[in-house]
Amino acid sequence: MDGGLRLDLNLLDYSLLALYFVTVLGVGFAARRAIRTSVDFFLSGRSLPAWVTGLAFVSANLGALEIIGMAANGAQYGIMTTHYYWVGAVPAMVFLGIVMMPFYYGSKVRSVPEYLRLRFNRPTHLLNAVTFAVAQVLIAGVNLYALALVLDALLGWPLWTSIILGAAIVLAYITIGGLSSAIYNEVLQFFVILAGLIPITVIGLVKVGGIDGLFDKVRESDLGEAGLHAWADTTSSANPLGAHWLGIVFGLGFVLSFGYWTTNFAEVQRALSARNMSAARRTPLIAAYPKLLIPLVTVIPGLVAVVTVQGLGADEGDLVYNNAIPLLMRDLLPNGVLGIAVTGLMASFMAGMAANVSGFNTVFTYDIWQTYVRKGRSDDYYIRVGRVATIAGVLVGIGTAFIAAGFSNIMNYIQALFSVFNAPLFATFIVGMFWKRMTAAAGFWSLLAGTVAAVATYLLYLAGVLPFDSDLEESFWGAGIAFALVVVVAVVVSQFGRPKPDSELRGLVNGLGGVDVKGDVLAGDAAWYRSPLLLGGVALALSILFYIPVW
Amino acid sequence: MSDELLHETEEERRRSAAARLFDVRRVIGGLFVVYGLIVGVVGLLDGSAALEKAQGVRINLWAGLGMLLLGLLFLVWQWLAPAAAPSAGPSGDNDAAAVENGEGDASVR
Repeated sequence: MDGGLRLDLNLLDYSLLALYFVTVLGVGFAARRAIRTSVDFFLSGRSLPAWVTGLAFVSANLGALEIIGMAANGAQYGIMTTHYYWVGAVPAMVFLGIVMMPFYYGSKVRSVPEYLRLRFNRPTHLLNAVTFAVAQVLIAGVNLYALALVLDALLGWPLWTSIILGAAIVLAYITIGGLSSAIYNEVLQFFVILAGLIPITVIGLVKVGGIDGLFDKVRESDLGEAGLHAWADTTSSANPLGAHWLGIVFGLGFVLSFGYWTTNFAEVQRALSARNMSAARRTPLIAAYPKLLIPLVTVIPGLVAVVTVQGLGADEGDLVYNNAIPLLMRDLLPNGVLGIAVTGLMASFMAGMAANVSGFNTVFTYDIWQTYVRKGRSDDYYIRVGRVATIAGVLVGIGTAFIAAGFSNIMNYIQALFSVFNAPLFATFIVGMFWKRMTAAAGFWSLLAGTVAAVATYLLYLAGVLPFDSDLEESFWGAGIAFALVVVVAVVVSQFGRPKPDSELRGLVNGLGGVDVKGDVLAGDAAWYRSPLLLGGVALALSILFYIPVW
Repeated sequence: MSDELLHETEEERRRSAAARLFDVRRVIGGLFVVYGLIVGVVGLLDGSAALEKAQGVRINLWAGLGMLLLGLLFLVWQWLAPAAAPSAGPSGDNDAAAVENGEGDASVR
């Protein structure tokens, strides 16, 4: 790409960008004052209000890969992209808040792997902690590389400048300010990202003559009428997404999405930092509302791009679907909002990467270093370990980013692979949480078997042995097979051992008591609008209602 | 269910200083007020080229006003409802009690 996508930024735009960086670093330094213990560093002292953790929860997912990717999906698949939000996210977030959070927060675990240590045994814990740590570092590298690619295309910055600058800023504010700094910046990023995306959407809609004009033009485009319906053509796979409704509901809506949202520690960590049980449960529920509306500023720009940018959808070059948002920025935004949009894009890269890095340093320090390597040191010692882990994690991420620059396809594969890891983990959780007779050994063997099955399915698909039609179909099937295998192995292995006594499982398994959802209520938590059931129910109802106009 | 590692962490939480965490609403409010003013003024001065690019919408002015309003909302919210006292935990730990509950970080104010 030489200059085709180049944005015409002026001093004003760069000032807005610089102002943002200064603020982000300032948040890091201000958060540093509040760190006295390791809980402050890794879990924000479990002190944050629900609206902060809720927005951080959604922001941690709102990385630029997500925004750029979803706009690209919008251009390629049309309205069906909303499945990633309304079926593929909201139900799982509601389930996390209402059903699972009492066990996570109530058991006082400091991470997702730690739940596995208490519920099952140390091998299960170690397996999950190590896979998670490795995955987070690699994904942070993917984020960095993607950032560098976009900045190269938009601003003409060399790859290595962007990689090192992006890494240095994230490294600085997390090493200094810990999770509070990451979370506060995520909340800030959430608003900056929206401030960048909303003008693109508004001007885009003005250009095509509003929603009606947009839909008319989509009908005339290659995407056609099918691009305007979410469910109408899903009784077969002859639709833009190439997915049957069963695959959408069970593959995407259940196995993949529940796996991601309920067991991914980079997300769950935001809820664990909430100040009490009520706030922890409301974290994913509050996050569900922005998540419901985000397609307005990703899918609509994607559709605008497909009808206004001639030739969008090329296999390579400047007109690939992934450039939908950058192309609209170039064509529609004058200096000023252009600077805000570029800032929002960089903010979203940093949000994604910061979530990975802060998840990594916590799991590394608590779950690997403190549990298996150096137990019983002073609290200050573990804060130092956390800071060193952050630096090491970011350095490895930079390394991954440079390797990725040489093998960009491999990075796509790695990311797809890790998305499949979540399915067996979720299956292990759900069986363990609801079936008290599942033994510790069953936990380990089912998690291992499910993970191996997921990886094997993926590798066989790559090798051409398993003939799936698309990557998406592979991930549905891979996740489904892994899920089923976990359940079978869990049941079979549990026959050959003695389950843990009920007394050890109190607070970890459903039906044994020990979870106190009211023990730490604060004034005001009893208000009707803070009821988790109500918040979750309304979010679910909206996720169905929103489909009606685009059936 | 009692676990040694978790117990220690809970002890640490009680002497946690996170109660003094500054209020993020001030940061969001401040940044967006500044952004709103800068972009809004630019919007007032935008020439025909900028207007034409934005399909005739004075987008900088509108975006600036929107951001200014958002920033002010956060500042007003913080002013009307200052940070609530974080629970200092059930222990009578002097350290936690000494933290200026609900006052945010005095040195930042």
